[in-house]
Amino acid sequence: MSRLEGIICTSHVPAIGKAIARGQQQEPYWKPFFDGFVAVRAWLDHVQPDAVVLLYNDHGLNFFLDKMPTFAVGAAPEYRNADEGWGLPTIAPFPGAPQLSWHLIESLVEDEFDLTTCQEMLVDHAVAVPMQLLWPAAPPWPVSIVPVCINTVQHPLPSAHRCYSLGRAIGRAIEAYESDLRIVVMGTGGLSHQLDGERAGFINKAFDEYCLEKLVHEPEALLRYSNAQLVELAGSQGVEILMWIAARAALRGTVSQVHRNYHIPISNTASGVLVLEPAGAASGRRGAQHAA
Amino acid sequence: MISRKVTIPGTVIFDGAEAQKGYALNKMCYSFNNAENRAAFLADEDAYCARFGLDTRQREAVRRRDVLAMIEAGGNVYYLAKLVGIFGLDVQDIGAQQTRMPVAEFKAKLAAAAEE
Repeated sequence: MSRLEGIICTSHVPAIGKAIARGQQQEPYWKPFFDGFVAVRAWLDHVQPDAVVLLYNDHGLNFFLDKMPTFAVGAAPEYRNADEGWGLPTIAPFPGAPQLSWHLIESLVEDEFDLTTCQEMLVDHAVAVPMQLLWPAAPPWPVSIVPVCINTVQHPLPSAHRCYSLGRAIGRAIEAYESDLRIVVMGTGGLSHQLDGERAGFINKAFDEYCLEKLVHEPEALLRYSNAQLVELAGSQGVEILMWIAARAALRGTVSQVHRNYHIPISNTASGVLVLEPAGAASGRRGAQHAA
Repeated sequence: MISRKVTIPGTVIFDGAEAQKGYALNKMCYSFNNAENRAAFLADEDAYCARFGLDTRQREAVRRRDVLAMIEAGGNVYYLAKLVGIFGLDVQDIGAQQTRMPVAEFKAKLAAAAEE
């Protein structure tokens, strides 16, 4: 069976992509943010995943308001990045994992999730920026991806509870997948920020820290919030915490925190990264290395 | 409806009502994913807006580059970002515009959130 190695949740602010394109990682404004990914990459070096199931929200690249799926699962052999209109350079296409995609689709629909399936799907900065953060030397990309898009553009959005259930079902599907793939689930977006209205620039450090704390050992505590409450507490776009909640749910049982970083501000956003793995996974890897 | 139950100051919940109201404006902004469309807008803004059927309020908000007015007219910031990008503005610039402060002050306010 394939193995769920852990989860990575991270912000996906477009400005990060611009900073990468300009080589600004060591500048004072950016260093505290980019330094937060050194430990993430070290973990990935140990884990060596084959595939990433990447939960994100589209910002008007692939989906418009003419057709707005609540949950859309990619089933393409390749995912291209494209012009989003405001100057972020496009990067190399990501290899897809169609077999894994269709396994997830079969399993999720069996679990009564009514999905939109996409054999063609442009992926925006919410996929590209996190991938660049994790694999700065790419291309070639060392992993294939299955993008899962969650609507956080047009309310009503799926509830935190529903996103959690989706993530749980994705975790079960991965555990039941007959292959020897090592898989990581990612959730991108957040943390608190608001781009629009007189409340633009809203950041809520206390709430972000509360979420980061709860995501590790008690993610169910976050399910009591309605999306309106999440908008109020985290900002209009801070509601992207839904992707973190969904990704977190993929991991069952007790977990260990591998790494966490939180930094304010990146552009208009409180940025965060969180890596969790099943408890005992690190000692398991050390044992395997000894045996080898 | 979510927007009927909750009022958050300075915040428009972009729901079905907003999505209907702002459809033409957002559709025009969505077209700006394409560089040729951005050039066509710059070449003849009136004609481009007319092509997408912006109503008077939307057309006026675009003419004034007034983001709050665009949101009031049903604009969603993810699509509006593509429009303001044409004018060389990013989300920090429009954050400053919407909160009526200089960009430097807006950025300082964001940085200050780290100390709370």
